[in-house]
Amino acid sequence: MSPAADIPGIFRRRQLWGGLGLILILAATVGSAVLAQFDFFEGFAAFPKAFAWMGTNFVPDARAWGNLPKILTRLGETVVVSIMATTTAAVASFVLAILGSRTTRFHPAATLVVRVVASLGRNIPVVAWAMIFLLAFGQTFLTGFLALFIESMGFLTRSYLETVDEASAAPVEALRSAGTPWAPLVAQAVVPSVLPGLASWMLFMLETNIRSATLVGLLTGTGIGFLFDLYYKSLNYPSAALTTVAIVVAVLLLEGLSTALRKVIL
Amino acid sequence: MTGETLPPKRWSRSSLTLGLLFFVLALVTVGGFFLLDTRGVDVGGAFAQTGKDLATLFLQPAAVHFTAPEAIQGVALTLALGLLTTVFGAIPAFFGGLLAARNLGPAWLSLTLRGFVSLIRAVPTVLWVLIFAIGAGLGSVAAVVGMTFHSFGYLLKAYSEAFEEVDQGTIEALRASGASWTSVVAQAVVPGALPALMSWTFLRFEINFTTAVAMGAAAGAGGIGFDLFMAAGYYFNLREVGYITWLILIVAAGLEFGATRLHEANRRSGARP
Repeated sequence: MSPAADIPGIFRRRQLWGGLGLILILAATVGSAVLAQFDFFEGFAAFPKAFAWMGTNFVPDARAWGNLPKILTRLGETVVVSIMATTTAAVASFVLAILGSRTTRFHPAATLVVRVVASLGRNIPVVAWAMIFLLAFGQTFLTGFLALFIESMGFLTRSYLETVDEASAAPVEALRSAGTPWAPLVAQAVVPSVLPGLASWMLFMLETNIRSATLVGLLTGTGIGFLFDLYYKSLNYPSAALTTVAIVVAVLLLEGLSTALRKVIL
Repeated sequence: MTGETLPPKRWSRSSLTLGLLFFVLALVTVGGFFLLDTRGVDVGGAFAQTGKDLATLFLQPAAVHFTAPEAIQGVALTLALGLLTTVFGAIPAFFGGLLAARNLGPAWLSLTLRGFVSLIRAVPTVLWVLIFAIGAGLGSVAAVVGMTFHSFGYLLKAYSEAFEEVDQGTIEALRASGASWTSVVAQAVVPGALPALMSWTFLRFEINFTTAVAMGAAAGAGGIGFDLFMAAGYYFNLREVGYITWLILIVAAGLEFGATRLHEANRRSGARP
């Protein structure tokens, strides 16, 4: 039988599955709303209410502008911690990826170990890592740094493993058959071909980390997140608004810079 | 010696940029360790302590302040928040994505919409939730609205890019034969982009679960995230933190597995001509 014979059947089946999928999602959504005690009307009403409130109260005033130096210092601290976490995580992930990649590993078991370590790092949320490190490291930048480091290491190792596997298979094969020892092989065949890809992933991670750093700071009492929390809880909304604006500007600048860099590198 | 010598290797613009980037990042990183205040924390001792904490956490998990069914219910609430915010974000993002796709609408509209959502996404989710909490009161409504906002921004960008990847030839052919915008979208664009849309949506669901944990811990959204915050920040009970961490880890790893499978299935089917 030619495959073209049953085309109406294929479409009917596809529609059936599509319809079934939609019904399932709808049911799950309604179930979730009941479980979370989410009121649809209240939710929709919250939008105009929140924006009206923001328009009148969430606006920087003269007193808030006076806090600008403090805000910028804290923001700078958070940006630096994000960069530190991303950079160190990138180095660690690179080592893990070389040890675990199909093309450069010493033993097949290494791949499994590296994958499990990376999975633990990224699948335990950054909030959980922050709370765990908070117990021993207290309200210092190290708590946020370590939480972001572990999380980034988990994500970057997965991406780096893929990059090393894909980008370096052919040159590694060629050099290996020529009898090149491991170290020059990695330095000559792997590093040059994967470096731009790794840098691109690292920039992406940095963008993510600047956002997560605010959350981590809020939880662990450090950086710009702490300052926002302070203003928010003391009902100093104009200053909280200025803090938000400062974060937005920093994130957008960083995104722009990262996009421009990626265009040149790749 | 025979043969010609190769010309000296010049630094290309891309490797120069790469080198400069690495140099600046390394400088900031090393500088940061020297300049930032550790407030006299005994770093070696703290690492040893964390090692011990992690051993207790992972090897001796126990629920103290809640029962197992209550913990499961917490996870279910967090999953529910993740699902609601994904669905609520996906619906407007679908229509917005159609308008923002460069192959379907005018360039100015695409630029405006994408600029708008990158502004939304530049505000960290926790700030949206806290800001909406004043308008709607702390709890699930503020969390859902705040997280939906971010999902919408993320998915609009992803969807519009998925629509742009649909085969331009098919669209041109339909247009040339007099098909209206709606039928081009309904017959070619949406079916062509469907696997990618599903993949992105599930990925966002995975992210939203993690975000919902964070909002429970940091913005009073309840669920397993709140239990985590209480166990680690209030009761200081490591074994309970371990219990919660295991639960979250299992769900997150399961979701990631699903997302990866979906992504790979789409990549395979997309590779077929």
